Amino acid sequence: MHHTKPLCPKPPSNASTMASPSIYTSPGFNFTNELRNNFMAEKGLPLPKATSTGTTIVGCLFKDGIILGADTRATEGPIVADKNCEKIHYITESIRCCGAGTAADTEFTTALISSNMELHALSIGRKPRVVTAMTMLKQMLFRNQGRIGAALVLGGVDSTGPHLFTIHPHGSTDKLPYVTMGSGSLAAMAVFESGWQPNMERAAALDLVKAAISAGIFNDLGSGSNIDACIITESQTDMLRNVEMPNPRVQKERGYTFRRGTTAWKTESVRDLVVKEEITFVGGDAMDTT
Amino acid sequence: MPNMISLAQPQQRQFNPYTENGGTILAIAGADFSVIAGDTRQSEGYSIQTRYAPKVFRLTDKAVLAVNGFAADGNMFVKKVRQRLEWYRHAHAKDMPLRAIARLIQTMLYARRFFPFYVYNILGGIEEDGTGAVYSFDPVGSYEREACRAAGAAQSLVQPFLDNQIYFKNQTPAPGTSHPVHLPLSTVLALVIDSFTSATERHIEVGDGLEMYVVLSKGSTAFQSLGAIHGIQELTATEDGERVFVIRRELKKD
Amino acid sequence: MSIMELNGGSVVAMVGKDCVAIASDLRLGNQALSVATNFQKIFPVTDRIYLGLPGLATDVTTLRERFRFRVNMYTIKEEREIEPETFAHLVSSTLYEHRFGPYYIEPVMAGLSKTPSGGVKPFIAATDLIGCLNFAKDFVVAGTASTKLYGVAEGLWEPDLEPEDLFETISQTLLNAVDRDAFSGWGCIVHVITKDKVITRTLKGRMD
Repeated sequence: MHHTKPLCPKPPSNASTMASPSIYTSPGFNFTNELRNNFMAEKGLPLPKATSTGTTIVGCLFKDGIILGADTRATEGPIVADKNCEKIHYITESIRCCGAGTAADTEFTTALISSNMELHALSIGRKPRVVTAMTMLKQMLFRNQGRIGAALVLGGVDSTGPHLFTIHPHGSTDKLPYVTMGSGSLAAMAVFESGWQPNMERAAALDLVKAAISAGIFNDLGSGSNIDACIITESQTDMLRNVEMPNPRVQKERGYTFRRGTTAWKTESVRDLVVKEEITFVGGDAMDTT
Repeated sequence: MPNMISLAQPQQRQFNPYTENGGTILAIAGADFSVIAGDTRQSEGYSIQTRYAPKVFRLTDKAVLAVNGFAADGNMFVKKVRQRLEWYRHAHAKDMPLRAIARLIQTMLYARRFFPFYVYNILGGIEEDGTGAVYSFDPVGSYEREACRAAGAAQSLVQPFLDNQIYFKNQTPAPGTSHPVHLPLSTVLALVIDSFTSATERHIEVGDGLEMYVVLSKGSTAFQSLGAIHGIQELTATEDGERVFVIRRELKKD
Repeated sequence: MSIMELNGGSVVAMVGKDCVAIASDLRLGNQALSVATNFQKIFPVTDRIYLGLPGLATDVTTLRERFRFRVNMYTIKEEREIEPETFAHLVSSTLYEHRFGPYYIEPVMAGLSKTPSGGVKPFIAATDLIGCLNFAKDFVVAGTASTKLYGVAEGLWEPDLEPEDLFETISQTLLNAVDRDAFSGWGCIVHVITKDKVITRTLKGRMD
């Protein structure tokens, strides 16, 4: 990619600068560190692990549309890196996507497809369809042969009705009335298998989604903290961020503020910042700008 | 031919008898008391096996042992230590002193040098001179007496916090004052609870419940502060010797 | 031994009342051997944004220059200073561009963003080595002592600390965490960013 395309010798046309974030580098992934990193890997220095969302994400069909659900824990191995992250990503106004797997991959993949869906909607002049987003996502993931570690639950409502998909990192997809993914998927699916029915009411379906995510939060160590949900119907989308917070931190037994002067320090430098600027005219007339 | 194993080359089989069951333990020694605590979650991988599996065990009226690591080994090890302590009682008509239990644990662990109990032990209690003591061990029996020690999954989260709050590491005392050598029981209990709630926030294998054992030396004045604590339960029958109490708290279950 | 432990180093950032603080150790190592005790990992980006870059030392230097270039380009094009939120996304996308050949850096950012009413709002963020953003409301940590930092910070941090109290809390958090980490330590530096000034102090700590 980078090697085959020469740098722009002259300022490029407007069309190409629109799509590219920089005129100095070509778009897409950059592989320049590969040689060095492979060398280090050969020396026996393994790749450090990225933040992953050992997650519970779910989606289910109900009478008027789709409900998506997610927990809010992000982990780095056994350590909780983020206690309240957002795993339900915006694709379009009436299409949303839950992400599990490598956190950065779910974040950027959904952002890219969201951007392309916006351009696609402008180009066709209609509301875009869920299958379009699904196809874009699966084609991108398949192109990368599973190396983009994104496991997704895509849901939305379009002119052809409500749709719910799962998309695996290698690009395979499923279309089902109720789905779960992530490390808590079995716990959540157990709830769906025993509680889901066709044509559920909005409130009952939301309760079921909450129960499914709760099952993941409490029984799967990779999932935790709060519940996010998103209700998508033909007429509107309600993003219910932290719709339930079943795990608040309890009040600590002690206060831990230190006496000022507890920490011994050696040197100090203070950088004063400009807080306010005033312009004062000194003598003469103001410039004639007529 | 499917699944035909060639006998031309040597075949290697491996069985790994160990697993890691998560959780964290912690012990702090005071002037005339000792606190030994552990969470009660037992897990394997991303699954919780049980929300209540004790990791802290009363051995005698003045010794409490916390075990963490591979749960099967831990339970079996406690069983074997208790058996040896009972034999000692039959032979000598008294409980084994704490420092002797510590040495016993060392020899029992080192006896299995080449097929170790995959367990980190922390022994807390009261010495013969009435002082609070904590002994910490590695899986093959290296041990030392300390004032405080954390072990297990969240050891790296809790130990530096304890360094700061128990040993006052990196803190300069206010002019004309000095840091206390021993903390009162109420402060120690508060620090233990806060250590575990913090570890629960940031480590996925820590949570569900907390068990804190308090061992008081004969006629300890630390007893006064225990009355105010809710849900405290005494495990010893008489008030004239060392006394052992247990305090239970809920931890987050996610 | 992972690549992150080759040179060692740790950074932590915390939110206070109308202020933020960011702190790091000063060690540069070659595996277990300490090479330098004055290796800066935190750099000013604008007057009110500081960036910490723990990880592989060669990438600390490379990315420092890369971000300086990209922030300068932003300032020239936009004719204004970059806001912390924008800068966080710049860091994130720069790292994700290298998804399949990453820089071995886990950046930590601290800054004050301007509110429409003319006040300031504390901002901290961290990303993993491929640019997954973590906007926390309390504290963020990174580097070889990250597990220790998580534990101590979770215990010591309290909301709405004044600048001088925040200095004590972040300093104690870092000092006690790096004392339990073989790859971090050998001196510490702390920056406390307030509305009208940035206080920088080097700490007295263990040198072993």
